[in-house]
Amino acid sequence: MISARLGLYGSLLVAAVPLALTIAVGLLSLLPADSALHVPGYVVTLLGKYLAYALLALSVDLVWGYVGILSLGHGAFFALGGYAMGMYLMRQIGTRGVYGDPVLPDFMVFLNWQELPWYWYGFDHFAFAALMIVLVPGALAFVFGYLAFRSRVSGVYLSIITQALTFALMLAFFRNDMGFGGNNGLTDFKDLLGANLQAGSTKAGLLIATGAFLSFFFLVCRHLTQSRFGKVLIAIRDAESRTRFLGYRVERYKLLVFTFSAMMAGIGGALYVPQIGIINPSEFEPANSIEAVIWVAVGGRGTLVGSMVGAVIVNFAKTVLTGTFPEIWLFVLGGLFIFVTLFMPRGIVGLFTGLRTWRSQPAKVRKQLTGRALEAGE
Amino acid sequence: MNAAPVATIGGTPESMQPLLYLDGISVSFDGFKALNGLSLVLDPGEMRAVIGPNGAGKTTMMDVITGKTRPDSGKAMFREADLTQLDEAEIAALGIGRKFQKPTVFEMHSVFDNLLLALKADRRPSRVLFASTRAIERERADGILEMVRLTGMRGRMAGELSHGQKQWLEIGILLAQEPELLLVDEPAAGMTDAETEQTTELLRRINETRSVIVVEHDMTFVRALAVKVTVLHEGSVLAEGSLEHVSNDPRVIEVYLGR
Repeated sequence: MISARLGLYGSLLVAAVPLALTIAVGLLSLLPADSALHVPGYVVTLLGKYLAYALLALSVDLVWGYVGILSLGHGAFFALGGYAMGMYLMRQIGTRGVYGDPVLPDFMVFLNWQELPWYWYGFDHFAFAALMIVLVPGALAFVFGYLAFRSRVSGVYLSIITQALTFALMLAFFRNDMGFGGNNGLTDFKDLLGANLQAGSTKAGLLIATGAFLSFFFLVCRHLTQSRFGKVLIAIRDAESRTRFLGYRVERYKLLVFTFSAMMAGIGGALYVPQIGIINPSEFEPANSIEAVIWVAVGGRGTLVGSMVGAVIVNFAKTVLTGTFPEIWLFVLGGLFIFVTLFMPRGIVGLFTGLRTWRSQPAKVRKQLTGRALEAGE
Repeated sequence: MNAAPVATIGGTPESMQPLLYLDGISVSFDGFKALNGLSLVLDPGEMRAVIGPNGAGKTTMMDVITGKTRPDSGKAMFREADLTQLDEAEIAALGIGRKFQKPTVFEMHSVFDNLLLALKADRRPSRVLFASTRAIERERADGILEMVRLTGMRGRMAGELSHGQKQWLEIGILLAQEPELLLVDEPAAGMTDAETEQTTELLRRINETRSVIVVEHDMTFVRALAVKVTVLHEGSVLAEGSLEHVSNDPRVIEVYLGR
């Protein structure tokens, strides 16, 4: 496998990149504005957003690239983590809201609600919110996965129901009486752990935290996929019934990884929300989850590194293109997906490792390798 | 039916409890009776060849034994264990290994890793998560590699193996599980004559310590195995005995050999 070729030092080096990059950008952004090395605030926010997406991509790659579960609903776990963070940030506003209610968020006052719904209790404590950021997506993934994997739903059918899951959640969160701010979502955040969200230092800190989480989870995923456990996952991906007849309980492995992956996505969402400043039901849009799959495909499925690279590159392209030619972005995205599927089945990362393997092989084997690369991409 | 003398290698006394006991197994799919009152008894240490035309129910029989398919009626016992109540993983843990008709190995893993994953061990995710490869596991995997003649391929990706080598690797995967009973579906399919011969020898060696059921189409191969043969037809047993005995049975000739 590709990350196996990286070796331990290579992986540590890759893991160091997000952390080092965010520390550098974070610190440079704190320089005075007239300094030549000053990084403007919008770059910090953009990079933070890309890296939060990279964490989502990593979580998608773990289930899709290594276990073969094509989840088209991972955006839902990302959004749930985001909402959990958003609820904490709402409760931190306190009397500084438009209506000045010490307990109720503005939208509840506006809806004439008299008291806080029970499921908002505890979110004024960061520790509780942090717990919910992983527990809520994790619990949903566990229940969903338990039912789906136990009934041996897989392939396209599973993809379709994950898509339905995120769509259903989107419709639910759009409703005002759900108590999550309806279509406006949660916004107007003031501070996080006492630090003003508008301050440059807070933004830099959030960016570095995102980089640190990404580095950390890359290493965790790398360890997970390189261990014997990871070999079982790949075995399940490539020959599920063979693995089952060897005595492995395939559904338990899938459930464990799916739940863990959902928790990772939730953390990604929680890091995304304070940097962007808003969370609303559009985060549950099925298209978001599909986009996350495209990032992974573009970067290189089943490589971990590729998923992060893909998320950053595709989102950078999105930022540039939606700024200059907003109407063509969706065509570019669709075209990219088709191009990658047809001509770059191993994605961007596969291009590099493929080249290396290619060069080291005699001409006879080269032809076989290309053939296999195409097969693997199917 | 059982009258003819049989050349089993692991002949066992009458009093011994059978290893595998199938009685009156019926399975139907959408009204089609894949198995129709199938009964089969296998003694410990026995090697049995199961033959029959396409659609006779050979694969369905394997599915029932390994827990993939639940029979509509009938009894399936492996020693004391009721196979109809267990799932694939439990049955595998009980000591039944299965080789598929189409060789199925983990193509993206090295030949060695294929065996490592198959070695008898605790399969629970929580244990596998923290498992490290011990020296004894390496030794055992290497021992199996030698037995299935793949020592030279140890570090290769299983996907690079030839068809015949994949068949052997899959048999090796089965051996790594240390099963008491191996179910082997068409092990000689797609093999050269020399490979087929080596496979015969391999199965004989395996049978020295384990029981084996071989499903096969290739009559030369079945003849070379020289074991008791069960002929299936339309989901039940048509004849049983030595190959010579069953091939002289007029019903067998009509449905299978005569064609």
